[in-house]
Amino acid sequence: MFPFLTVLVLLPLAGAALLRALPEGARSRVREIALGVTLLELALGIVMLTQFDLSDAATQQFTETYSWIPQIGASWALGVNGFGLSMVALSLILTPLVILAEWRRDAEDHHRAARYLALILVLQAFMVGIFAARDVFLFYVMFEAMLIPLYFLIGGFGGEQRRYAAVKFLLYSLVGGLIMLVAVVALYFVGPGGEQAYLIDNLAGYDFGTTAERLMFLGFFLAFAIKAPMVPVHTWLPTVAETARPGTTALLVAVLDKIGTFGMITLGMVIFPQASKWAAPVIIVFAVISVIYGAVAAIGQTDMLRLVSFTSVSHFGIMVLGIYAFQQTSVEGAAFYMFNHGLSTGALFLVVGFLIERNGSPHVSAYGGLQKVVPVMAGTFLVIGLSALALPGLSPFVSEIMVLVGSFGVANAAVVVAALGVILAALYVLLTYQKVFTGPTKEGLEKTRELGIRERFVLWPLIGLMLLLGFLPSLAIDYLRDPAAAVVTTVNAEVSE
Amino acid sequence: MFTAPDISYMAFAPLLIVLLAGAVGVLVEAIIRTPATRRAVQLALTLVALLGALVVSAVQWASLTAAGNVAQTGFFVVDRQALAWFCLLLVFGALGALLFAARTRAGEESFTSLGAATPGSPEEAEARRRGLEVTEVFPLLLFAVGGMMAFVSTTDFLALFVALEVFSLPLYIMVALARRKRLLSHEGALKYFLLGAFSSAIYLFGVALLYGAAASTSYGDVLTAVLASPGDLALFVPGAVLVIVGLLFKLGAVPFHTWSPDAYQAAPTPVTAFMAAATKAAAAAALLRIVFTALYPLEWELSWMIWTVAIVTMVVGTVVALVQTDIKRMLAYSSVAHAGFILVAFAGFSAQALSAVPFYMLTYGLATIGAFAVITQVREKAEDGTVGGEATRLGQWAGLGRRDPMLAGAMALFLLSFAGIPLTAGFIGKFQAFAAAIDGGGWPLVLVAVVASAAAAFFYVRLIVLMFLTDVPEDQQALVEVDYHPYTRVVIWITAAAVLILGVLPAGALSIASDAGVLLIGL
Repeated sequence: MFPFLTVLVLLPLAGAALLRALPEGARSRVREIALGVTLLELALGIVMLTQFDLSDAATQQFTETYSWIPQIGASWALGVNGFGLSMVALSLILTPLVILAEWRRDAEDHHRAARYLALILVLQAFMVGIFAARDVFLFYVMFEAMLIPLYFLIGGFGGEQRRYAAVKFLLYSLVGGLIMLVAVVALYFVGPGGEQAYLIDNLAGYDFGTTAERLMFLGFFLAFAIKAPMVPVHTWLPTVAETARPGTTALLVAVLDKIGTFGMITLGMVIFPQASKWAAPVIIVFAVISVIYGAVAAIGQTDMLRLVSFTSVSHFGIMVLGIYAFQQTSVEGAAFYMFNHGLSTGALFLVVGFLIERNGSPHVSAYGGLQKVVPVMAGTFLVIGLSALALPGLSPFVSEIMVLVGSFGVANAAVVVAALGVILAALYVLLTYQKVFTGPTKEGLEKTRELGIRERFVLWPLIGLMLLLGFLPSLAIDYLRDPAAAVVTTVNAEVSE
Repeated sequence: MFTAPDISYMAFAPLLIVLLAGAVGVLVEAIIRTPATRRAVQLALTLVALLGALVVSAVQWASLTAAGNVAQTGFFVVDRQALAWFCLLLVFGALGALLFAARTRAGEESFTSLGAATPGSPEEAEARRRGLEVTEVFPLLLFAVGGMMAFVSTTDFLALFVALEVFSLPLYIMVALARRKRLLSHEGALKYFLLGAFSSAIYLFGVALLYGAAASTSYGDVLTAVLASPGDLALFVPGAVLVIVGLLFKLGAVPFHTWSPDAYQAAPTPVTAFMAAATKAAAAAALLRIVFTALYPLEWELSWMIWTVAIVTMVVGTVVALVQTDIKRMLAYSSVAHAGFILVAFAGFSAQALSAVPFYMLTYGLATIGAFAVITQVREKAEDGTVGGEATRLGQWAGLGRRDPMLAGAMALFLLSFAGIPLTAGFIGKFQAFAAAIDGGGWPLVLVAVVASAAAAFFYVRLIVLMFLTDVPEDQQALVEVDYHPYTRVVIWITAAAVLILGVLPAGALSIASDAGVLLIGL
């Protein structure tokens, strides 16, 4: 069997090495090479999609298991079920689009372009690796190693405050990651141990003892909560969003933050089902606070990039609510929402980035009446904005409804409050649209450039996907139903015993 | 009636080779008059001796069937643990020797031309004019390595003391030999010497107490005596505490660390590199052996001390490192913090420490030697173009990534390894140390270590940021020069490759380390 996942991890690394090693003469081709590598990745991903056995979506497929560090029980074990596949697909779709979106930047400075693109490729390797890891140790290593390219992406490319933002990001992530490390080490001693001590399959359903399980769960959860950004450990995200390049932020929020929620499901619920259930009430409270706080904070923002990042805080709250409601529909919805949010927020960051590129200002107040000047852009922005507020017909709607409906009955009050967040979403999206695009055109904006061909190529595929999945959600949900059912059964069975 | 001691010379061969080569080195110093020839001969002799001893150690390792050999009854053992440390020290010694031999582009070496001359005196000027050269650092290095090897293989408190002095005295001298900033160098050496003497005294006092209680200075006898009198520990506990304090001095743990930033900064950088890696390794090894043989039954009485010192060391090392502006001092304080991480592995006295600590010291030592080697390559340049001393102010490193990406990349790798980021050797080392602690029930200590690591990452990363992400004005760039010497570069590439390999594919080294977790006597 072709080792799809290992190739998906190694290919971008090779691409990054190639970009740095290119002779002077070929430097001007770095963007094409990077795009080529990511498109090749995407093609491989599509082949995987066709070979995936949908009738067995809950089982890990394309598995590879090699002994890596037997002394501490770590293996190079990769594999995806329907859920992991959807996340891998998300990262494969977004990376080439981000490269395309950042195409014009550094067009003259090839060295700088090569650095940026090499980091993006390294990041892609780790993204795929994390979503495909079936070994806790491997997951941890990728989780931490990923900080290095991200740190350089944030600290090396972006606005004035970029170094401060990078340090803030690093410190938050590192504290979470290192606390997770304690839990990872503990897992070896409390768990089954041996040469494959960290395989998730071996750890699932293992009886660690109540206290140990809860402590380890908390270690993992804290790291995931920081990554997913949940209130109150979200404050690094707005700082990063306002300074980093929109492309970087798009990848960060759309894909990398999903590692948090992904970990909650694939590690938290699978390995620590009882502790997950035990902590769920408190987590749900924090999730609801995130929903409302993120939405209210978004309304108050004047910087569009910060605004979008706060909407994400709000949306991640909904995902976490769905996960910890432990219902078939809610978990399925959360998993679907993770994919949709990736499309919609990724697109939102990119379109805002295009807008800022034209005028230079990220502030809402600097704009007005752009609708008449750049109608296509206005329309695109509106559709993407509507997807963020979950308008029916676009895929985020389906997933949001699934979470809310699925969680109702288990956490009624939480759902009622979270639904308020949905209403607030309409407020921040439409208010922003109104201020930026309607009314009389602001002076100096009359010559604003319309969306170019390249930019349409970046945004429209994402909109197309959202429309497709909005009307035919089963195309994606078929991949998620069985994995969701499997974890939900685990959690509920464990507890009813 | 005198009985001749029964010495197993074969088992002892690695140590004898190194010490004999040191003695030959002293002769070479007297016989060969031309500095250039003498230097070449000394370097060759040193490397051949160290690598020869390494080969012999490896052969012994392979031929050991049981836990090991007794080299001399009651004083020295050569077991797998000792052999592992031998190899470690020999490798550090060989890398150190290469750094000792390196010179700047202008042909200037790191050591003063006449160690005995007062700074600024006519004698010094005369020595410089006549092109005198210090090459006795090579035999000194050999004696230091030999002393350390004895230090890690001894099983007797008095023999340990002798070994301690054998390896410390050459270091005191070498610290004072810096070519530039002579007064600073002398001051650092004096501090190091005084505090070293102080720690020796404390250690001896502890040994006296233990002798008073057990009527013997052998680890085994002390162990037997402790076990025989479980109710009466009035002499054992203070004795053990003082002995451990003596070793904590060498390890550089707070509050016994005060010499290390000064000595690190003052010493010629190649000496710092060797000292930082090897002294710490030897101290950790001796502490391991003592803790797991003689003092094992005192776990309950001693753990408070280990815990307190570990926590204070990690916190102080990290916090003070945060505010340093000199790279050598920053790395010195980071080494203090690392001493804390090593002590974490001791928490709970889990036998896993016997393999975790050697591995930790391997990863730490390689990265340390590499990092200091990089420091020797970054030099100040005066307005008239003459290359001066090392540029150790943090600000001077800005933009290094632009000028020499490979050098800066290697430095970044070492720093990431210090910080314990995955896919570098430091991560696996830290993982092992934490695993040993958690195994022994020391997870609260691990939590502290984790927070300290996160804070420590800040100052490692700050240097990386300076090198790669900071733009330097043109006029500033001209004031720093990147030097090049093949020996130094070889050391940098070897250590960088090792840090990467041990980080990505550590399985082989880990299995050696776990084989090394055996003591011939004890447990």
